[in-house]
Amino acid sequence: MTTATPAAARVPFDRTLLLVMPAAAFMLLLFIYPFIYGLLLSFNPKSGGALANYTHFFTTDNLWPTIWTTLKLALPATLINVGFALPIAYKMRNKSRYQRWVTTILVVPITLGTVLIAEGMLIYFGPKGWLSQFLQLIHLYTGPIRLTHNFWGVLISLVISGFPFAFLLILSYITGIDPVLARAASTLGADPKAQFRHIYLPLLAPGLAMCFCLAFVQAYSVFPSAVLLGSPAGPTRVISIAAYEAAFEQYDYSLASAIAMIMGFVQLIIVAAVLGLRNLWYRGPVSGGKG
Amino acid sequence: MKHDFAELRLDRVTRRFAGAGGKAFNALDELTLTVKRGEFIALLGPSGCGKSTALNCIAGLLGLSGGSIWLDQTRIDTLPPEKRGFGMVFQNYALFPHMSVAKNVGFGLRMRGITGADADAKVVHAMKLVQLIGQEHKLPGQLSGGQQQRVAIARAIVIEPPLILMDEPLSNLDAKLRIETRAEIRRIHRELDRATIYVTHDQDEALSLADRIVVMKDGVVQQIAAPKEVYEQPSNLHVARFMGYRNVLELDVVREEGDRVALTGPDVALTGMRKQPLKARRAAVAIRPDDIVVGGNTGEVNIVVAKVENVEYGGRDSLLDVVTPSGTLLHVRGPVTIARGDSVRVHVPVERALVYPLD
Repeated sequence: MTTATPAAARVPFDRTLLLVMPAAAFMLLLFIYPFIYGLLLSFNPKSGGALANYTHFFTTDNLWPTIWTTLKLALPATLINVGFALPIAYKMRNKSRYQRWVTTILVVPITLGTVLIAEGMLIYFGPKGWLSQFLQLIHLYTGPIRLTHNFWGVLISLVISGFPFAFLLILSYITGIDPVLARAASTLGADPKAQFRHIYLPLLAPGLAMCFCLAFVQAYSVFPSAVLLGSPAGPTRVISIAAYEAAFEQYDYSLASAIAMIMGFVQLIIVAAVLGLRNLWYRGPVSGGKG
Repeated sequence: MKHDFAELRLDRVTRRFAGAGGKAFNALDELTLTVKRGEFIALLGPSGCGKSTALNCIAGLLGLSGGSIWLDQTRIDTLPPEKRGFGMVFQNYALFPHMSVAKNVGFGLRMRGITGADADAKVVHAMKLVQLIGQEHKLPGQLSGGQQQRVAIARAIVIEPPLILMDEPLSNLDAKLRIETRAEIRRIHRELDRATIYVTHDQDEALSLADRIVVMKDGVVQQIAAPKEVYEQPSNLHVARFMGYRNVLELDVVREEGDRVALTGPDVALTGMRKQPLKARRAAVAIRPDDIVVGGNTGEVNIVVAKVENVEYGGRDSLLDVVTPSGTLLHVRGPVTIARGDSVRVHVPVERALVYPLD
């Protein structure tokens, strides 16, 4: 083992690899450097020892609960998005006349900004909004409707902005599965339900895990809609609001960095857990042979 | 699921597709066929002839636009594929990539609620039949093309279907494996004593495997007959061309006596056997290269003198392109001693020169 030269060492250097340099420099400048900077800054508090910011976060009553507040929003939103996107994408897997229309309508919200969605939701779901007026008009429900400035407002907005993303991702996974596999299953006696359970679901599982991770990370970093549609002092005081307050109200960049690091760590734990689960499933080509 | 059946009956089975410009065309036009238990049927034709459409209609993967399909007294064309219970082998095998070989083979049993020792025994039996014992725990991706093919066959036969459908199952294998697997398929068919419908564009495959061949073109059946008859007595010019009658000469009809027709051209005069009523003064004579006799004591009629333009060496004999002085080209099989530039006398046996109306 001491003298063996790895075979790779003899492969001549591929100069086309140099083409990756600009992207690498970009990553270094805009992601890795700020990250390291923030990490170091978080251990360099205004007062106290290196870990003072972290002790402060986990001992202050309006800081540490933001982890759970955010999880309580992000996890249901992610589950709803992935859970609804899966059956709809499955229905849309075959090309048909209405498939393109449905797909377009479902994807439109992706083009809207969070603020625009929030604005629209305030008008539509607000106490004097269209939904409330309509329900009163047809005498279906005359009580007050509270779907904004609370938990539900933020959840709905996370679903509206996150669903198209999950849907497109899952749709691309589903259409990548050779439909002849389902046909083969049907000739072997599998009805459509069994085809989904035994063919599509196992082959989709790794993709669903990936989709869950991306949707979760997106939802966990919720900020504008938590402020605009939620109650940022109470039930929707998410972790990014805590970081914002530290940075731009108390001007404590060091504490803000520590909060950002904690936020990233929570995301990492969830992503690692889900990807770990993914390893239990088959991962490989999703076609059924040669040809 | 019903196993003891006597016959599968296709009654004017038709499938229309929307073609270019919204015009519908019949991919399959009134296919009528009765398949008896134990029979091996080959659907033969060039790509786009409707043979795969026919197979998918029988399997239930495509709905019919007209006609009906019967398994004895039961009408089955209204049933979804999972209720028909036919075994199907797909061209690209369509093995489930996330299941082991044993799971793939056992899938049909699992869908029928057969589990445990009973299912295991059936899986082992099917694996033995295709000679795949020892590969049970591999994933399909770890097998060679030929082995994947066997898994696909085992998966289709384990449910003991009354009918096995095969869609060009050998087209992804190399030549040697193709011939081996061909013999295997024939053996499995014999051992199972069911019916097999086999789709192919390869006439050798159809001739060697089938009890009866259904030759198709543009969705329409051209001939249904035993291999020997399709090979020796094609029903029309299209079937003749497809079955290797490479020489098709357009000549003037001189005389018709019974089935014997005398024809003539610039420098060939041939007498042949009429296979279809002739409608015009001109007709086509179709001759296989191997039916033409080169040289020897060949009598007086149907002699053509020509010059060898090209020689393709084939081991036991050569494939020769011979051309008459006025430019009529004939493909001929002849002894390997003949060289390019030689002058040859060839003889066409009267009963092997088949006369058809021009198409």
